[in-house]
Amino acid sequence: MISFFSKLSLNNSSKQPVEVAKPAYMDKSATLQELGYKDENELRETIYDYLRTIRDPEKPNTLEDLKVVYEEGIFVKEPTADKVPVLRVEYNPTVPHCSLATLIGLCIRIKILRSIHHPVKLDIFIKKGAHTTEDEINKQINDKERIAAAMENPNLRNLVENCIAEEE
Amino acid sequence: MFKLELIQNLAGHKGIVWNVSWHPLGKYFASCGEDKTIKLWSKSGQDWAIKTVLVDGHQRTIREVAWSPCGNFLASASFDATTAIWDKKSGEFQCNATLEGHENEVKSVAWSPSGHLLATCGRDKSVWVWEVAGEDEYECEAVLNAHNQDVKKVAWHPSLDILASASYDNTVKLYQEDPVDNDWTCVATLHSHESTVWSLAFDKTGERLATCSDDRTVKIWKEYKPDNQEGVVVTDREAVWKCICTLSGFHTRCIYDIAWCHKTDLIATACGDDIIRIFKESEDSDPNAPTFELLCTKKNAHSQDVNCVAWNPSGNQELLSCSDDGEIKIWKFTEA
Repeated sequence: MISFFSKLSLNNSSKQPVEVAKPAYMDKSATLQELGYKDENELRETIYDYLRTIRDPEKPNTLEDLKVVYEEGIFVKEPTADKVPVLRVEYNPTVPHCSLATLIGLCIRIKILRSIHHPVKLDIFIKKGAHTTEDEINKQINDKERIAAAMENPNLRNLVENCIAEEE
Repeated sequence: MFKLELIQNLAGHKGIVWNVSWHPLGKYFASCGEDKTIKLWSKSGQDWAIKTVLVDGHQRTIREVAWSPCGNFLASASFDATTAIWDKKSGEFQCNATLEGHENEVKSVAWSPSGHLLATCGRDKSVWVWEVAGEDEYECEAVLNAHNQDVKKVAWHPSLDILASASYDNTVKLYQEDPVDNDWTCVATLHSHESTVWSLAFDKTGERLATCSDDRTVKIWKEYKPDNQEGVVVTDREAVWKCICTLSGFHTRCIYDIAWCHKTDLIATACGDDIIRIFKESEDSDPNAPTFELLCTKKNAHSQDVNCVAWNPSGNQELLSCSDDGEIKIWKFTEA
């Protein structure tokens, strides 16, 4: 096989973007303090507070009651070069064939985006091994075009609004 | 040293701005988004300002707008499952035709270089080719069901009636009309991306294609025609497309759009890390294994995901971008 068809043909060895030069952890804490968080834990706790009260789409319980969301499932990742926090949120559907897993993923995203006061990059995933079609669902709930379209669908939007509405 | 200099920040849309499209002469442009409006912008004095707002064309998000090559028609693709065609025969811009057929969200629309054909695609996994049949009349020529997931983007070859589509199924496909039976068929499938391919752009020759993906890479593909000098095996007398370059390690989030300027050969990318990047092929690059240099990284280009980038077709190095943050920005690429 002719070598020039190799997939990798990079020319970035000598021209690394400057933003990767700093140690990642320094950037991360600077970002969080600028946004008003003491540390990573405070950001995680804040996010968890948003999520714990989301109601399950078909049970009378909250996602916290059902252990669908949990604090250890929230990860603060390395921020973007523009210092926007990157969060990975993992959740655990109650049963591996849960038909509402996609809806729950959507609720988690919308609840965080509406509650948080600053830009954030969200990656939402089903806990590894917790669902029979997790790869499919993960891809869908992280595709922002699909999310935007879903939120324009009146039925889906109603379902989401009901799940994330705050108790009076 | 190169830089992207901000010329103007244009506010006007409410919510996500999904797409911006230059008029072919580069004197004005259209934008669209979540607020279901299309805005037409032009320069009055030194500043760009809204000239016209097109409303009531769509019930949901307008995902993409595209000017016909003659510049007299504007097509808009919407999540409401329709594509609208606007013109100002009456003096004012009006929607004079609506293309219906997609089952749900239409995600992209593109005019062929001759202006006689229009392509649309959407979540129903199909690509439609429409023929301009007469004044305000459009006939469906073909429904292409080659992808097995959402189709995100369609784009035409710069001079021939060859259509390319990018999909959530991680592939890119090319289509052409068979001269024997006039049937449109998929003539090539480009595999290499590891996640959704969001957008694509031909270079000015149409012999190369740049694609961008959720896998955080840009890929450059080259067409090898039958009996090519490089000795690439071509079966069935159809050209084959090979990935000849992968730009990885530059983008840190999903890449939503890519624009390849037909005048300057500059490539711009719109990324989910809020950054705009500009690449150009190196001077001494091997045409069969090219190298591309990152000329410029515009950090904080927007405060949220950059959704679209578009080079001014006049070649004056002006670049438009738009974002989830509701803003449109107009930049000038310069050598500092």
